[in-house]
Order: sequence, then structure tokens, then C-alpha cells
Amino acid sequence: MKAGIVVFPGTNRERDMAIALRVVTGREPVMIWHGETDLPDLDLVVLPGGFSYGDYLRCGAMAAHAPIMPAIRRFAEAGGHILGVCNGFQILTEAGLLPGALLRNGALRFLSQDCHLRVERNDTPFTRRWNAGDVFRAPMAHGDGNYIADDATIRELEDSGRIAFRYSRPDGRVDEGDRQTNPNGSVKAIAGVLSANLRICGMMPHPEDLVDPLMGGEDGKPLFEGLVEALVR
Amino acid sequence: MSSATGQKPVDEAPVTQDLAREFGLTAEEYGNVLSIMGRTPSLTELGIFSVMWSEHCSYKSSRVWLRTLPTTAPWVIHGPGENAGVVDIGQGLAAIFKMESHNHPSFIEPYQGAATGVGGILRDVFTMGARPVANLNALRFGSPENPQTRRIVDGVVRGIGGYGNCVGVPTVGGEINFHPAYDGNPLVNAMTVGIARQDRIFLSAAAGIGNPVVYVGSKTGRDGIHGATMSSSEFDEDALAKRPTVQVGDPFVEKLLIEACLELMATDAIVAIQDMGAAGLTSSSVEMAGKGGVGIDLDLDAVPQRERGMTAYEMMLSESQERMLIVIHPDRTELARAIFEKWELDFAIIGHLTDTGHIVVRHQGRVEADIPLDPLADQAPLYRRPTAPSPEPAPLGPITDPVGIEQALIRLIGCPDLASRAWVWNQYDSTVGGQTVKRPGAADAAIVKVEGTSLGLALTTDCTPRYCRADARQGGAQAVAEAWRNIVATGARPLAVTDNLNFGSPEKPEVMGQFVAAIEGMGEACRALDFPVVSGNVSLYNETRAPDGSSVSILPTPAIGGLGVLDDVNRAIGLAMPDEGTLVLVGATRGELGQSLWLREIHGREDGAPPAIDLAAERRNGDFVRQQIEGGHILACHDVSDGGILVALAEMAMAGEAGCILSAPQSGMRPEAFWFGEDQSRYVVAVRDAEAFTLAATAAGVETRVLGQVGGDGLTLPSGATISKARLKAVNSAFFPALMDD
Repeated sequence: MKAGIVVFPGTNRERDMAIALRVVTGREPVMIWHGETDLPDLDLVVLPGGFSYGDYLRCGAMAAHAPIMPAIRRFAEAGGHILGVCNGFQILTEAGLLPGALLRNGALRFLSQDCHLRVERNDTPFTRRWNAGDVFRAPMAHGDGNYIADDATIRELEDSGRIAFRYSRPDGRVDEGDRQTNPNGSVKAIAGVLSANLRICGMMPHPEDLVDPLMGGEDGKPLFEGLVEALVR
Repeated sequence: MSSATGQKPVDEAPVTQDLAREFGLTAEEYGNVLSIMGRTPSLTELGIFSVMWSEHCSYKSSRVWLRTLPTTAPWVIHGPGENAGVVDIGQGLAAIFKMESHNHPSFIEPYQGAATGVGGILRDVFTMGARPVANLNALRFGSPENPQTRRIVDGVVRGIGGYGNCVGVPTVGGEINFHPAYDGNPLVNAMTVGIARQDRIFLSAAAGIGNPVVYVGSKTGRDGIHGATMSSSEFDEDALAKRPTVQVGDPFVEKLLIEACLELMATDAIVAIQDMGAAGLTSSSVEMAGKGGVGIDLDLDAVPQRERGMTAYEMMLSESQERMLIVIHPDRTELARAIFEKWELDFAIIGHLTDTGHIVVRHQGRVEADIPLDPLADQAPLYRRPTAPSPEPAPLGPITDPVGIEQALIRLIGCPDLASRAWVWNQYDSTVGGQTVKRPGAADAAIVKVEGTSLGLALTTDCTPRYCRADARQGGAQAVAEAWRNIVATGARPLAVTDNLNFGSPEKPEVMGQFVAAIEGMGEACRALDFPVVSGNVSLYNETRAPDGSSVSILPTPAIGGLGVLDDVNRAIGLAMPDEGTLVLVGATRGELGQSLWLREIHGREDGAPPAIDLAAERRNGDFVRQQIEGGHILACHDVSDGGILVALAEMAMAGEAGCILSAPQSGMRPEAFWFGEDQSRYVVAVRDAEAFTLAATAAGVETRVLGQVGGDGLTLPSGATISKARLKAVNSAFFPALMDD
């Protein structure tokens, strides 16, 4: 699997993502500068976490208009696979490649803590290593992760099975109103969503930071292993 | 901004002795300025002298004492004198680190004060060629009952997080105390650690007559003018009116600056580099030229400016953030320009090095300053200020236990100084970078892996100010020893420290007495533990005005930032109670309750002598513990500090899955003295084979005592009573959310 990581000014989790991809694929991912206008030949494009353009104006708003974005849009239209994590998720929503938006966390504070995610379906390249209903742990580190969309969009996402992950208790129970379980206050406890063709996934927590027992576990590894399985040529 | 206030611009003021006094120069210091210059200085020249000779930049009250600290060891590559300390961590790599205060700005404007404190210390580290890999911070706030405290805690925590999270450097550790002595003067001490290749370390001494001087980073504005002199004087009622002198940080630009500088540092373009910190363009240009023994000509018309109509005085004194000064090889300027343009940062050649030995500042066709550099540095004031000894603390007399062990533990783990810091840590990104092995609270020191190697760094900050007030010498030694102990408790080898010496006014003999005694104690401990000081910062004049007009000093607070290394980071251990094992105390217990948290929380008293510290025993106990960890014999380890043995056990239980069942305390000692005494040089360890462990300890001349067994779901006291873990956690986690109404 050939993966590329897009680096915007202010991106800061590109190294974490590169480590995770290296661990799982055994290959060095390509770093793609935001000022480029073409993508190399890739199986997976990753938009990593950070504070692109300092989160000024609105998280992800300026990055969504970076020179590289038309190429990413073409890649998506051609059926390419894209993973956006944290700021990458925010950029994908700002670019209209995923529905919804990420608001300031409900408690109005930055949240850096482990959370539990329930896998909602396992027939996607991002989730195939899990079973539906499985729960895994991942660190979250964001100030603006409170997912929101209008009622019709949420209904459409739920009806078409485009919710990839929800914040849950360790036993898999979801409680939207509970701050311990759904720390940033996301509607329907949504932590990650999919595009209609299931090839674009955006999520707030960081599976890339939990791929090594030394750092506290390998809970995030199945996501990358699944992508390798699905996308290997 | 000064131009908007309608006041007469300071630019037009004639330079007189009165103006010099306003700028913080004494009559004698101004006399020296006149004799060096041989004429009345211009306003810009007076500004340059006043900031370079301020306490903040010249260390005029502290320098003679700082020289007495040990600063060398075979593994020290650069000690004090550079932007940060540099130590050899093996495999051709160096750790570069320093701690610095931003106390006064953090009282005036907590968010920006703390944020720019983080930004400033990051620059001190990456200016030497290191990629920053960890931030820590040592914070001291006023009483929780003080209505200002909540505002300051909120702003400082948001500011640290806002800056550190955005630049993408994990905040992995630190400490927090509350005490009324910090009511009008909180302490914000920020520490950054970075990693560099030993053959690619960048220094600040300028060289090469004719070489261009390059300005990179943010544009210069009027913010922070005279910040260095503000932090060199006492606070008064007008402190809040000084808000315009607090700088505003932009972590996004800092992130770009880090990446651009590291990219440039991978080339051979740089001769010397320094960040523009306190006193901005003045201190960076004067220090770089001074260290290199060259002159420097600056053309201020070329300085990137954010505001119109700035004077030479304002540009030289501005403390606008996220700026660096670089002396560059002339044939590499275009290469460098391309890198900074790629990162969308300003890049301007603003001068060149000369053979005149002078700093010459030109602006709009006029020479605004022309100062010989040697006397500016050599004749900087140096004071051996009068000291007065602190009274010997009276020994603690007989004391009763009015509440019992169980109630005392509950009160202790819920008190502000021991309550869970999760509310704070959860606002700091501790995992970015993907190298954080032990997050805040998981071990006595944070553990960060050195990417691409087997190495790990162990990082901690420590100081017990109430010990320092009772006995500054003991307190200084204890701060160093506790940092050393916290590193040892993870299995790492302690290498060196950075210090952040926060004290009151040096013009008070009793404060100078505390300062000198603390340095003596620190020096003794550093020597005994082979733990030299490689960088640091002094913050004096930490005073607030009491309602009766008197000036109140903070508790003497020599904060120590310690760094250690693990050759194999997989061997690092934490403090969480394992699933099995025997709990053993390492080190001797006499039951010292003087200055203990138990005394303060149960009796409301802060008296007695602090626990004595035997540095030979410290070394012996610590070396033994580290060897046992290296040998794989210890499952978990926690040093015994605030609150004593029982608090250490409760913390291990709360961090782990299991509880513990405790045996009877040492005979011949009151139970509260055994469980809550703060005797030094001790660790609680969980081991699988207690017999082998205690035998090995005896052979090493180390005293041990079995405390109990791992097991159960809480702390089971010798009486048979069990305090459940759920109860411990509920009490422990209540304080911060209640204080902050969250």
C-alpha cells in the first residue's frame, strides 16, 4: 500500500501518522506539501492532525482551500481512499468531502485523554479488522471535536450506515448525554463518519498514537492493518 | 499602544538621571553609562543599557552565587552560558533543555503570560538545533480561597495548552502548588526538552566580519516594550495597568519557525543563531556580537514591522514574539531566504558584523545608538547584596493525632497540593509525537522515547517551597534530591538539571539570605549526586503589596527540572500498583512531621524543621533502586514525598488495578509519624521476591521494611479497615472541578 500524508502549515501529527503507517506497512509514506497541485500515485491519502493555519478563522477552513485540495478532490472522485484524523477530519468537512462540522467541545476546553470507540460496521476498508460492536481505545486531543450536522443529514448518515465510530463506554454502551462517555458532546456520540462510497473516513481520535505496546497499547493498529489488506496491490 | 494613549511619546523625553531612574538604573549605574559613553546617551542607548543591565538580563544580584554551582560532568556538552544546557545521552545524540519563568506577565494577563512563557523556552531549545520533544511546567498559585486564583489557574492552564498543543510538542509533566504567599504573584516556570545530533549543535557567538545578520519570524510591533525591566521590579497596585507590556504569542508562527529553522539547520548556512527573547533585538544582537568579540551594525529600516512609525527605541526594546536573529554565511543567504519564504515567514537582512567592537543602530539616516560592546558587558553591574540569615526553625514539639489515620489520609489526598491534576493534564496534549511512554501521573518522571532509538528520557520538575521557607539550605538540597529520586524511580540514570530560582526582592537581606542558602544546598546535592546544573533562570522581585502597604515575598522556590536517560526505554517502570507482589519501603524512617502536609492539613500549622536530608543515604538508596529496576526485580516504584508513605501507597493504588493490605507500622513510633512523616530518600517498591530484594538491600547497606502485600480493592489498614479505591478516587478528583466550577 502506497500512502501519502499531506502536510499543511501547522500540521503537527504527520510524524505520528508516518510512524503508524511504517509500523504496519513496512514502507515509508510520502510527505505531500500543501503547495503541490498534483498527487503522486497513491492508494491512500492521509490528512493528519494538527492546527493547520493555526486554526485561525475556523478549524480546517483555510486548509480546505490549499493548492493541494483540488488534487485531493480529483483523487476522491476517482474512488481513492482518504483518511482524515482530527484536523484532517475538520478539513474534510470544510472541503465538503464529508458531511457535518466540528464545533468547540461541549465543555469549552481542550480535551486530551483516552476515549473508547465503538465500531459501527466492519465492511469498510477502515474497520474490516474489527467486528461490528467491538470497542477500542484511542487518545483524543482536540478543542473542536463536537460533531454536528442537521437532522436530515444525521438521519441519512444513520440510515445509510455511514457512521464509522461512536464514543462509548468500555462495554460498548453509548450515552450521548454523558460527559464521561461522549466527552466533546458530539451529536449521537459520533466520533467518525464515512463518505457514501465508504472510501473516505474522518475521525477525531488518534488511532495512530496507539500502535505500540510501549506507548500504552496497540488498539489503533487494526485500522491501519485493515487498510493494508484492502488496498494492497 | 503608546502612540494611541495620547501621552507624549517617550521618544521625545530628554535623557536625564531622572529618566534613567524611571528605566530602572540607579544613580551609580547611570554614572557608569555616562563614563562608558563619554557623553549623554541617546534615548535608544539608554534603553539598551537599561535592559542589558536589568536584573532579568544581567543577573546582577545572583551572578556571584550562581558561579558556585557545579556545572560540569563528563556527559555535559554545554553548561550555563548558552541558550540552554546540552548533555550527551548516547548514540551520538544530545538532550538540550532549560526552564524559564514567566511569572510577572502571568499575573497581569495569565493566558498570554503563560503561552509566551512556553513559546520563549521552546525557542531557547530549538535555537540550538534541537527538535523540541517535551514540555513541562512548574506552577505555583495563590490560595484556592483567593478570588483571583481561579482566574489565574484558568488562564495559565489555557495558555500553556493553547501554545503547546498548537506547536505540537507534548506537555508531559510538571507540578502545581497552592499557597497564599503566591496570591499576588503566581509562578509559571516552563521547561522544554529537545533532541539534537551532537555534531549539529548551534551556538550564539557571532563570527566573520562582514557576515550578514538576518532577522526571521514574526514582524516587530510595540508589544512587550520594557518587559525585562517590568520583571526586574516589585509589583504594585498599578501592575494590572501594565497589561500593554505583556507580549502576545502566536503558536502557529512558532510551529512554522521551528520547522523552518530545523530545515535551515540541516544545511551549512548558519554561523550563529539566537532567539529574540527578553529585550528582543537588543539582547540578541548585543549577546551574539559580544560572545563573538565582534561589532554589529543594524539598519532598523530593514526590520519587518507590524506597525507604522515605530522609533528606533521601540524596535530595539520590543519583545514581539516568534523572532530569531541569525548570522549567516554570505553565499547561503538565498538558500536561507527560500526556506523561510516556503514557510511564509519574514526574512530580512538587517545588518552585518563589523570589526569596530561597537553596536551601531541606524534608522532613517540617523545613528540612533553607538555603544562599545565590551564595557556594556564587562561593566554590567554586579552586586554582592547584604544577606541576613533566616532564623533556625524551632523543632516541632510533641503533637497529637486528632483525627486518626483513615480520616487524615482522606483529607490529605483531597487537599489542593495532592488532589488529582487530571483536570489540568487533560487540557495538555501529552501524546502528540507518538513517543510518550509514561504520561502525566503514570510514573514519578514522564518518559519520552527518543524516536528511532532505544533511548528514553525521564523528565521531572520538583521543589517543596514550604521546606525552603523553613530552611532554605535544606530546601534547596531537597529540591535537587527529589528530582534525582523521581528520575531514579523510573529506572533512568539522572544526568543533569536546569534550575528556575524564584525569590522575592534581592534588596531585602532576608530574601538574599534565602537565595544564598538555597544555592548552597542545591550545590551540595548536585555534587553528591553527580547531577550538575547545565542551564537555568533567576526570577527575583516576586513580591506583592499587602493591604497595609508592606511588601510580601513569595516562598523561596528554587524549582528544579531534572533530566535522566534510559538506555533501553522498554525497562522504564511506572508507579501503578501491579496485580501481585510485596510492597517494600526503601530507606530509613524516623517519622519527621515538621513542615509536613499532615501538619498543615490536619493541624493548620506550617512549622518545625523540614525533614533532614542525608545525601550519602540518598545516593546509596537511589543507586540500589535503579540497579534493582535495571535487573528487572521491581514491578512498580514511587518515591515518598508530600504526605508520606500512606499517600504514596494510595497514589499507587489509584493509578493501578489492585489495592494493598498493610502490615503494622514500625514500632516505637507514633502511627501518624510513620504513615505521614516526610523523611527523605525513600521509595515504595512492589517486588515479586521480597526476600531476595531485602537481602540485596542489606548487602548494599540500604535499609528496607516490608509494608504489606498487593491485593484487595483498596487500602486495607493494619486495623483491618479498608478505604475503597472508589472512595479514594472520588475524594482525590474533587478539588479541581470544584475550584474551577467545571
